[in-house]
Amino acid sequence: MDYTITEKILLAHIDEKSIKPGEFIWAKVDFTLGNDITAPIAIEQFETYGAKKVFDNKKIALIPDHFTPAKDLKSAQQAKKLKEFADKYNIKHYYEVGRMGIEHALLPEMGLVKPGDLIIGADSHTCTYGALGAFSTGMGSTDLAAAWITGHCWLKVPESIKFVYKGKMPKWTSGKDLILYTIKDIGVDGALYKAMEFSGSAIRQLPMDDRFTMCNMAIEAGGKSGIIEPDEITLDYVKKHKSKNGKPKVFKSDKYAKYTKVIEYDVAKLEPQVACPHLPSNVKPVSELKNVKIDQIVIGSCTNGRISDLRIAAKILKGKKVNSGVRVIVIPATQQIYLDAIKEGLMEIFVKSGAVVSTPTCGPCLGGHAGILADGESALATTNRNFIGRMGSPKSFVYLSNPAVAAASAIKGKITHPEEVL
Amino acid sequence: MIIKGKVHKFGNDVNTDDIIAAKYLNTTDAKELGRHCMETVAPEFAQKVLKGDIIVGGRNFGCGSSREHAPVAIKGCGVSLVIAESFARIFFRNSINIGLPILELKQVNKINEGDELEVDLAKGEVKNSTQNITYKSEAFADFMQELVQSGGLMKWIRRKQNTK
Repeated sequence: MDYTITEKILLAHIDEKSIKPGEFIWAKVDFTLGNDITAPIAIEQFETYGAKKVFDNKKIALIPDHFTPAKDLKSAQQAKKLKEFADKYNIKHYYEVGRMGIEHALLPEMGLVKPGDLIIGADSHTCTYGALGAFSTGMGSTDLAAAWITGHCWLKVPESIKFVYKGKMPKWTSGKDLILYTIKDIGVDGALYKAMEFSGSAIRQLPMDDRFTMCNMAIEAGGKSGIIEPDEITLDYVKKHKSKNGKPKVFKSDKYAKYTKVIEYDVAKLEPQVACPHLPSNVKPVSELKNVKIDQIVIGSCTNGRISDLRIAAKILKGKKVNSGVRVIVIPATQQIYLDAIKEGLMEIFVKSGAVVSTPTCGPCLGGHAGILADGESALATTNRNFIGRMGSPKSFVYLSNPAVAAASAIKGKITHPEEVL
Repeated sequence: MIIKGKVHKFGNDVNTDDIIAAKYLNTTDAKELGRHCMETVAPEFAQKVLKGDIIVGGRNFGCGSSREHAPVAIKGCGVSLVIAESFARIFFRNSINIGLPILELKQVNKINEGDELEVDLAKGEVKNSTQNITYKSEAFADFMQELVQSGGLMKWIRRKQNTK
């Protein structure tokens, strides 16, 4: 029997000899995650159940990253619940402001997730870790509480769609453009309940940061997970971010594995893509967007707040000024990224250009704080969703792009191709 | 279980930000979340919805974030059931896990705002009393039914742990 990488990983986490899509399984989990919005409900469920201990205090991450540093009193009360729960049950991977980062950038950086793992998180962007060759998926708070008690979760084994990206990536394009283009093609429910397996020569050229971006947005096409077979680039990353939870296991799809669809793209002529309001599938090439005025730029989030994202933004902003009509908010996703950006001189470039640099937080991405839009305002963000009211007012507009387009647009005050400013 | 209620109709791709905006996620209180349910897309909804009413959506209902606050808000404002052509997967499992009744139905386009429905969840039968017509939905998989009958995931786990 030939299996996909997803089926192989799931099979390795159950006591069965075979597996097939559509089956319900009760699978062992390797790592679990909750944040300051989702963990409070999980904690309530855990306590209502009357559980006395967690399944493994080293396999739980509690990351207060959404409304932190606490934006108001209620948010502070919620974040405090994480801290108290971590104290009570001796949770090893609780990180307070100052040590935390945006969860989906932090966990791989710290070596808490690795190839071959089965990871669940009470956050929809948990699918990010598929970039390491892990099965990783977002769930709800009750699922999280159940996993804390039992060390298991219920899953319906997903069918897989294989995406094959061929050709050389053109200048100014990135993993963000590949995934936006894909969501445009298949729609926001085009991969509903499915595992999205990204492959092909273009993927093999992609650095890890871009791979995280692609798997991160699998959920925006309705996907259960995104996944990329590990290769030398993956293993090099894993070596640098040494696993704290055992050895990585490399799985690969078999030659005759079954896919519901195989979709091929030639990327050679791809230009940077922009998702227009109010759906991530409403995507246009940047050249088609003329005179779209922007009030706010956000460079950050679990999608595009990594060091390579900041590097390319700084390269474009170096020696230039942010347009007088625009506010630019740069959010390094973790403390390590923040520190690296300082050492590399990126922070100086941002500040001198007229941008503001924030502490790591999800903040404006979900309309939480630190960059809320007023009525009628437009933002271009490197984030992942542009639903109505996502970043603030229901009368505001959110466009999504890669960091290079965001930085170029900051200079011009309207959506701009990076070529126009360099 | 028979559910009777009046229909509030929504379109395709209703996302979890529509159901409950992130600015309200600093609480877990069902009543408070219920007061802001659907506020972004239907500001009057939470005021006019009556206990027992039914939400009918299109494709991909509940897409977006994993926030369990979304089904909690829907329950919190008194809605008894959500019917949609299809559900986004995290919303689907959250609803099952917390015991919010949901039903997938292909004929949602035939149902109008304000229609009175009578739904037999076990049989998967949706009687539209206003139009005097009955639709049949596909039954949940056995495992799903087991979860629903247990009263949600935590109760299912307790049963599983007790039978060990």
